[in-house]
Amino acid sequence: MQTFEPIFLSRLQHYLFCPRQFALIELEGVWAENQWTAEGQVLHKKVNQPDQQKRGAIRTAWALRLANEELGIEGIADVVEYHKQENGTEIPYPIEYKRGKPKTHRADEVQLCAQALCLEEMHGITVPDGALFYGEVRRRTAVVFDTELRNLTQETIAACRMIVQTKLTPKAIYKSKKCSRCSLIDQCHPKGFHKSAAAWLAEQIKED
Amino acid sequence: MRPLRNVIYIQTQNSWLHKDNDNLVLKVEKETKARVPIHKLQGLVCFGQVTISPYLMAHCAENGITITFLNMFGKYLARVEGPVSGNVLLRRTQHLTGHSIEKSVAIAQTMLTGKLYNQRYVIRRYCRDYGEQISDKNVLAQLQTAEKRLTRCLTQLSDCKGIDTLMGREGEAAQVYFGVFKHLIRQPDFEFDTRRRRPPTDPVNALLSFCYTLLTHDCRSALETTGLDPASGFLHQLRSGRPSLALDLAEEFRPMVDRFVLSLINRKQLFIKDFETLPNGSVTLKEEPRRTLLAAWQDRKQDTLLHPWFEETVPIGLLPWLQAQVLARFLRGDCDSYVPFLWK
Ligand code: SF4
Repeated sequence: MQTFEPIFLSRLQHYLFCPRQFALIELEGVWAENQWTAEGQVLHKKVNQPDQQKRGAIRTAWALRLANEELGIEGIADVVEYHKQENGTEIPYPIEYKRGKPKTHRADEVQLCAQALCLEEMHGITVPDGALFYGEVRRRTAVVFDTELRNLTQETIAACRMIVQTKLTPKAIYKSKKCSRCSLIDQCHPKGFHKSAAAWLAEQIKED
Repeated sequence: MRPLRNVIYIQTQNSWLHKDNDNLVLKVEKETKARVPIHKLQGLVCFGQVTISPYLMAHCAENGITITFLNMFGKYLARVEGPVSGNVLLRRTQHLTGHSIEKSVAIAQTMLTGKLYNQRYVIRRYCRDYGEQISDKNVLAQLQTAEKRLTRCLTQLSDCKGIDTLMGREGEAAQVYFGVFKHLIRQPDFEFDTRRRRPPTDPVNALLSFCYTLLTHDCRSALETTGLDPASGFLHQLRSGRPSLALDLAEEFRPMVDRFVLSLINRKQLFIKDFETLPNGSVTLKEEPRRTLLAAWQDRKQDTLLHPWFEETVPIGLLPWLQAQVLARFLRGDCDSYVPFLWK
């Protein structure tokens, strides 16, 4: 039996954006409310009430709690559609709502795939695909959970677990494009700590 | 940089503060005197008879806005704060670090390095700005000697192996520094011979004490927002109820406060008639001039300075917060030493 604390599905995308950001949030409780996070919450509010509805062959569940005990992950799915098959079984189809538009990195796909891994364990069924819904373009993008995405998702979970267990915050690696978009830049100081503090201080004292 | 939010000082007696939607409303005798959006606040500091509605307190607690109650003379009475911030690993490391004499000495030493460096800056800056106007060659010589002796104390700090010896050096530096402090005052009404606390018995000491209280308050808030435990210090000994780490962090900023006090006097923002002596001999600032002081304090926080370590220009009001961040990042292993703010 696994005894570790579960990792939240939503944190996986933090790791993929920047491992240090994940550690600052997960280990150090650092959180910065900015426009980015505030808007994200407003968008999520609409889908955050647990509910279900049936229309034709599709049963839709909102704000569904998910977990995969073996992998040690848990979270809430915005929307899961259960598509009725001809043989009467239902196949879950997770849909995640995202502000903005489709991204070049795979963080959103990994988060969705992790939901699928939860649904697979919970229902004992294979979940072949799902969709991401991007607010800005108002369009569904279909995502297939192939081996490559499944591997990436498992690796990401393992890497997050490593940080949680060692309790070590990775050092900052400053990349101006990424860091300028990061909501934690003021607490992270990615540029500040690249030099030896002791040597710097000694130098200042010696100077005069 | 993170936005600088305001600390509001309330010193009108019998004020009543409450929440109206997202605003803080200040009433005196049922009359509304002020209305401020709560999200612009970092803290509330209440002097004397000020009452606050529980709903406003709860709202402040939830949003990380601390409320501090002081008596009329700036003595700490009580504080309302929200749940302890989530950074339990940081606090644990802080406490473990405090257990190690060696590590505590190392941190305390860098903090005092900041203090002495900045004290020397106060003297240097004065000589640079007013050196030519000093007609008394003896005074000039005293200032120059003091500067040299501070430099010596500063370099000797790194040899100290214990908190006691560090404190000894610090005490020596304080004697040198406050020994010439009177020469920096250019208003003859204001006399100063030595630093006296508990209670201050002259206007200059009263001003210093009062402003150090404000400084400690700001340092404490900065530590709390960062997730550090303000009660667990490295230089100042632990004592129940004492914000030791806030006092530690305040050390490097004290010379800035000294210069602030000097400018209030030298620029004639305050006069000797603004002070009164109480029956026990302690001297305090009257209510109206205190308003002047608090407004100047707030203004001063908006001024910017170069932070030499970050190589960035930052508002003075953010310095305690930045330094708390440096300390937290040092404790979490991001760098090999704490670096104080060096005033250049
Ligand atoms: S500021 Fe840059 S290095 Fe720091 S957490 Fe954000 S992205 Fe990562």
